Amino acid sequence: MTDFDPIELKRIRWRSRRGLLELDLVLERFLANGFEQLTTAELFAYQKCLDLDDNDFLDYVNGKAEVDDPELAHIIGILRAA
Amino acid sequence: MTIPVRRFDAVIVGGGGAGLRAALQLSESGLKTAVLSKVFPTRSHTVAAQGGISASLGNVQEDRWEWHMFDTVKGSDWLGDQDAIEFMCRKAPEAVIELEHFGMPFDRLENGKIYQRPFGGHTQNEGEAPVQRACAAADRTGHAMLHTLYQRNVRANTQFFIEWMALDLIRDEDGDVVGVTALEMETGEVYNFHAKGVLFATGGAGRIYAASTNAFINTGDGLGMSVRAGIPLEDMEFWQFHPTGVAGAGVLITEGVRGEGGILLNANGERFMERYAPNLKDLAPRDFVARSMEQEVLEGRGCGPNKDHVLLKLDHLGPDIIKQRLPGIREIAIKFAGVDPIKEPIPVIPTCHYMMGGIPTNYRGEVVIPKGDNPEARVNGFYAAGECACASVHGANRLGTNSLLDLVVFGKSAGDSMVEFIKSEMPTWKPLPANAGQISLDRIARLDNQTGGEEVADVRAAMQRTVQARAAVFRNSENLALGVKEIQEVAERVKRTQIKDKSKVFNTARVEALELENLIEVAVATLISAEARKESRGAHAHADYQERDDEVWMKHTLYYGEDRRLTYKPVHTKPLSVEYIAPKVRTF
Repeated sequence: MTDFDPIELKRIRWRSRRGLLELDLVLERFLANGFEQLTTAELFAYQKCLDLDDNDFLDYVNGKAEVDDPELAHIIGILRAA
Repeated sequence: MTIPVRRFDAVIVGGGGAGLRAALQLSESGLKTAVLSKVFPTRSHTVAAQGGISASLGNVQEDRWEWHMFDTVKGSDWLGDQDAIEFMCRKAPEAVIELEHFGMPFDRLENGKIYQRPFGGHTQNEGEAPVQRACAAADRTGHAMLHTLYQRNVRANTQFFIEWMALDLIRDEDGDVVGVTALEMETGEVYNFHAKGVLFATGGAGRIYAASTNAFINTGDGLGMSVRAGIPLEDMEFWQFHPTGVAGAGVLITEGVRGEGGILLNANGERFMERYAPNLKDLAPRDFVARSMEQEVLEGRGCGPNKDHVLLKLDHLGPDIIKQRLPGIREIAIKFAGVDPIKEPIPVIPTCHYMMGGIPTNYRGEVVIPKGDNPEARVNGFYAAGECACASVHGANRLGTNSLLDLVVFGKSAGDSMVEFIKSEMPTWKPLPANAGQISLDRIARLDNQTGGEEVADVRAAMQRTVQARAAVFRNSENLALGVKEIQEVAERVKRTQIKDKSKVFNTARVEALELENLIEVAVATLISAEARKESRGAHAHADYQERDDEVWMKHTLYYGEDRRLTYKPVHTKPLSVEYIAPKVRTF
C-alpha cells in the first residue's frame, strides 16, 4: 500500500457503497482483492471513479461505454478484471 | 454525556426520490430543512429504477386516471387503500408534468409530448386492452429524477448532511416525534437533530433476503428506528420477487431470455416447468415460475453444492442468437455468475425486489397508528414516504412503474402536510426529552464493549439464509412456523455482534453492525406477519391456504416490535370521489 492518508482510505471504502447492486458487487470484490495493491496514482484515479454517476460508472465497468480519460481507463481495466 | 444539538424546522432522513421531493416542498415554503443521507443523494437506490413512471397522460392512446386506479387496485389484490390509490393516480399526470417543468429529460413523441411505453398490468377500461402509460428517460428514469430533484433542492437551499446515518427516532412523553439522532461518519460523533417535523424516506430493506436486487445501502433503517420507537410496521409479509436473479448475486436476468427460448432445469437436468405449466412452460407468469423453482429446491432437486438454485440453460440457442438477441446477458452471467452461457447454464433463484409494507401512513404522508378506538391516529411530527412507507397504494403487490410515482406523489404530499403542521401547529420546538439520544449512545457503547460476540457478516448471512428459506415465494405453515422460531434465534445473536475496528472515523464495520440491528427488525416482522396470514393474496402465496379470503383477511397487518405481537386494521374501501372498486378474482 502507499502513504495515502489512512482516513481517506476509509472514506473511499465507504464511498464504494453505491446505488446500484451491480456496482456494489464489483466494488466489494475489488476492495477485498486488488484495492490494497493500488499505487497512489491509481488510488487518485479510483477516487475519480467514485465521483461518477452510478449508471456511467457501471457502463464503463461493463464495457458498454468507452472511457476516454486514460487515467480512468486504466483503473476501470483493473475493476473489470477484479 | 451531552449530545450536541442541531436544530431545524424539518428533518428528512433519506436522500432518494421521496426524500428529495418532500425536502423541496419544505425548503420552497421557507422552512429550514435538513436532509440526512448515508450516501450522496444521487447515488441513492432510486437510481436503479429503469422502467419508468406511470401517469394517465394519454399521450399515445386514450387513458384515464380511473383506469390507472383500477389497475393499481387489482394489482394490489384488493389490499391497497382506495383513497390513497385514487389520490396517487389522480395526481400522477400533474406530478409527471411538474418533473418535466423541473427539467427532467423525458423521452418524447414527434409532437413534443412525453412518450409513453407499454408496461405489464397497464390497461384501458379495466383490463380491456393494454395501454401505454409509462413515461421514461431512456433506461435511466430514476437517475434523471434524482438529478432533477437534487438540483432543485440545491437551488431551494435545502441543507444536506451527506454521509450521516440516522440512528434513532426521538419521541417525547406525549409520543410526539421531536427529532432524530444521527451519526456523522466522518467524525464518529452522534448528534441530536431537533425538529418540528421528521420525515422518513429511507427506502426498502431487501437486504433481509439472501437473494435481493437491492443495493447494499437498503437496510431498512427507517423501519428499524420506527420499531425501536414503538411504531408498528404494516403489511410486512408482502415482498415482490423476480424469478430469475443470478444465484448468490441478485443481478436480474431479464424475462426476455426465456422469451427467446431459455429453459429452466433442476439438478436432474429435467425441464421442470413442463410439469407445473404444461402449456406455457417456462413462460408462465412471473410468480408462478418463481414458486415452481422454489418448490424444486425445497424438494431436494436444487443445483450446486448447497442445492439451493436451479439452472437457466441458453447454450442450445447457439452463440449467434445469444449475442444478437440477448445483449448484455452474456456479460452479466460471466461477471456475476462466473459462467459463460454459450457453454454453461446460469444458476438462478427467485430474487427479492420490492417491499410493499412499511411504516403506516395515510395519503397525506402522516404516520398513523392505533390509539384507543381509532386505528389510525396521527403521530404528531412524524411522516414517511416512498418504499419505507405503507400508504398503502401497493397493497399485496406493486404494479410496475408505480414506485417512482409513489416517491414523487407522496413525497410532495408529505412535504405539504409537514409545512401545514409546522406553520399552523408548531410555532416553536417542543423540548427534547432529557434522555434524547441515549438509546443511540447505548447501542454504540454496547458494540464497542462487546466481547465474545459474533461477526456481523456471519449473523447477517444467517438472517438472510433464514428469510430466504422460510419467507421467499413458496410459503406453507410448517416452513413459516420454523422461520418464526429461527429468525428470533438469529435476533438474539444480533444483540451480541462484535466489531474489531473501534475507531471513530469512517468506521464502516460499526455502520454495518448498526444497519444489521435495523434489518433484523424487518426480518422478524416479515416472518411473524407472514406466518399469521392464512390466505394467499398478491405476493403472499400460501400453499396451505391457496385462495384469497376477503371475509377474514381483507385487512392490514400491524406488527409491534416490543412484544412481537400483531394487530390488524381495516383496508380503506372508500375512495375520495369515485365508487368503490369491489373485489374480483385476479386473472390475467
